[in-house]
Amino acid sequence: MKLSRRSLLRASAAGAATLAAPAIVRAANPIKMAAILDQSGGLELLGRPMLEATKLAVSEINAAGGLLDRQIELIAYDPQTTIQFYTQFATQAAAGDRVDVVHAGITSASREAIRPVLNRFQTLYFYNTLYEGGVCDYNNFCTGSTPAQTVEKLVPYAMNKWGKKVYIIAADYNYGHITADWVQKYVRDNGGENVAVEFFPLDVTNFGPTIKKIQTEKPDFVMSALVGAAHISFYRQYGAAGVNKEIPLASTTFTLGGEHKLVSAEEGNGMIVSFAYFEEIDTPANRKFVSDLRAFSSEDINYISETTARSYEGVHLWAEGVRKAGTTDRMAVIEALRSPVSFDGPSGTVTIEPKTNHLVQNVAIAELRDQVLHVLETFEAQPPSDTLLVCDLDANPNQSTFYFENGLKAAGIE
Amino acid sequence: MDLFLALALQIVYGVSNLALISLGLAIIFGMMRVINLAHGEFIMLGGYTVIVATSHGVNLWFAMLVLAPLVVGLVGVIVERVLIRHLYGRMIDTLLATWGLSLFLIGAVTTIFGPQTTTTISPPIGAVQIGGYGSSGYELFLILITLAAVAGVYAVLRLTKLGLVARATMQRPDMASALGVSTSQVYMLTFGFGSAVAGLAGGLLAPITGVVPTVGAIYIAKAFITVISGGAAILAGTLSASSLLGVVNGVISYATGPTLGEVALLLTAIVIIRIMPQGITGRFFRKSL
Repeated sequence: MKLSRRSLLRASAAGAATLAAPAIVRAANPIKMAAILDQSGGLELLGRPMLEATKLAVSEINAAGGLLDRQIELIAYDPQTTIQFYTQFATQAAAGDRVDVVHAGITSASREAIRPVLNRFQTLYFYNTLYEGGVCDYNNFCTGSTPAQTVEKLVPYAMNKWGKKVYIIAADYNYGHITADWVQKYVRDNGGENVAVEFFPLDVTNFGPTIKKIQTEKPDFVMSALVGAAHISFYRQYGAAGVNKEIPLASTTFTLGGEHKLVSAEEGNGMIVSFAYFEEIDTPANRKFVSDLRAFSSEDINYISETTARSYEGVHLWAEGVRKAGTTDRMAVIEALRSPVSFDGPSGTVTIEPKTNHLVQNVAIAELRDQVLHVLETFEAQPPSDTLLVCDLDANPNQSTFYFENGLKAAGIE
Repeated sequence: MDLFLALALQIVYGVSNLALISLGLAIIFGMMRVINLAHGEFIMLGGYTVIVATSHGVNLWFAMLVLAPLVVGLVGVIVERVLIRHLYGRMIDTLLATWGLSLFLIGAVTTIFGPQTTTTISPPIGAVQIGGYGSSGYELFLILITLAAVAGVYAVLRLTKLGLVARATMQRPDMASALGVSTSQVYMLTFGFGSAVAGLAGGLLAPITGVVPTVGAIYIAKAFITVISGGAAILAGTLSASSLLGVVNGVISYATGPTLGEVALLLTAIVIIRIMPQGITGRFFRKSL
């Protein structure tokens, strides 16, 4: 057969059309989702497993035939732990890619940077990290646990176990400050005494002076809301000075990035923590999630923590909303989500609380023994009662306020 | 009294910690006028050397005191041959190149070991009781080892032929060269020596701070401030600056809290640089090493 340029072109064009046609019919119009989670630059410890869990949820939905007979197309951006990239990628996702939903943000600072952007471009926003509470935004669903769910349980538990004098140490930015406010409030509410509150910039590695001060003050226990790689030194130095055997620790952040695998068993033993999810939760749904995620993930996941599991559940919750609405239209999906929808995930049943767009969820207290967390007590279906104090989206849907921005006093909470 | 003793010990530890993380940078800056922005990553590599070695069953002491400086020293020699030697006398270019190197090392280590390490090593010495206060025995050991490292650097530079040749080369490379010294080799060895000291610091600090690929960023700023405040004399500069900054930081941290402690440290450094632009040793101890 003689092959001229013209016939070759004609043949390949026809071939291409045949190949492309079914694909076009099948994926006529994928539902687009953006994930903006730090994959480098400092917060990758949290961000990488969160993205893997997001991908797992998307692939499960797609494998089951997609949503509304359409596939989900996931567009992932790496903001490199830089706030400026967050705004840039949020704008790109909303205005450029025209996605139907954005799952994004780890730190509160990143959430506050992109919330106004996504409001302006009217793009639905899911924030799947535990945080200090107080966001009241019709367009924004905050699925992580908040202090009224975790700290409120942890403080009385620790006070019953160890005593009423509490020494608080926390990271020096809004999460640490607001969480320290909550800890102080719950200590007072339970008749305890706040011995001292100290804040640490994120790059402090020498905790010697503070450890000496803790030994002088002799509290019954230390409550830690320290954050990040540098602050891990605190736990090591505390253990090295042998203080952890006399003055035990409770924390609202430790183990979230798998830190308990980074300090030795001796340094971590006896610490108690509280989150909405632990890898060790012993239910069939969770065992399946843990093994599925480990098999699916392209890299080793050291420890599956609340932020990872909640990223997975966040995607499924959104999918429930789309199914119920029968469309991807933003207002219809928001109304469906707030009707409200529930999802039975690895952490148990999570349900959207319509006054705040937060979750009613299970929380648990766990103790660290030999680098493994043992769940001590589970509290089912806890409402976000902190945010409920200030936020009512049923009464006033037209708001996008962060009530705790300037601390609890400014929000009128004593 | 117990508290005073425990606190004094803590402050001495703070001082020796600053000296330990700055010494390697000071050698490279003081001798060669090269500011190594990858210094923090050299410390990080020292830490990883210890973690990899101990997980393969190597004795912890051997890994910290021998392997970490050896491995990082070799890395330093390679870096000098490939990168630094093309940039002598071009300070801004060296800054940029070593900063790039630091990003590269963070990326490379993250790729190999992941964003966090799972292996843990505990300080090999237990707690020491001083009256009612528990202190870390390992911190005591670190104070001693820092003193030993400073003495060692002094001995090498002051008492050995190699040290003499190195100092001569740094002062008058043309004259040293005319007398038959291979200046290129001397530069290479000096850079390797400084890197090895950084590796030693990283190895020794691994058990109390833990190691992640980004741990270098925590050290570089403090090391940098200490070296610049200290000025050109390697040992006198490092020791005087870390004593001053460490005491200020320790006392203020205990009295008010770590935030103000850090502020006081930085403020002191600014005042020093304002009054003595050449650093402490630009005015005092000028003839010292």
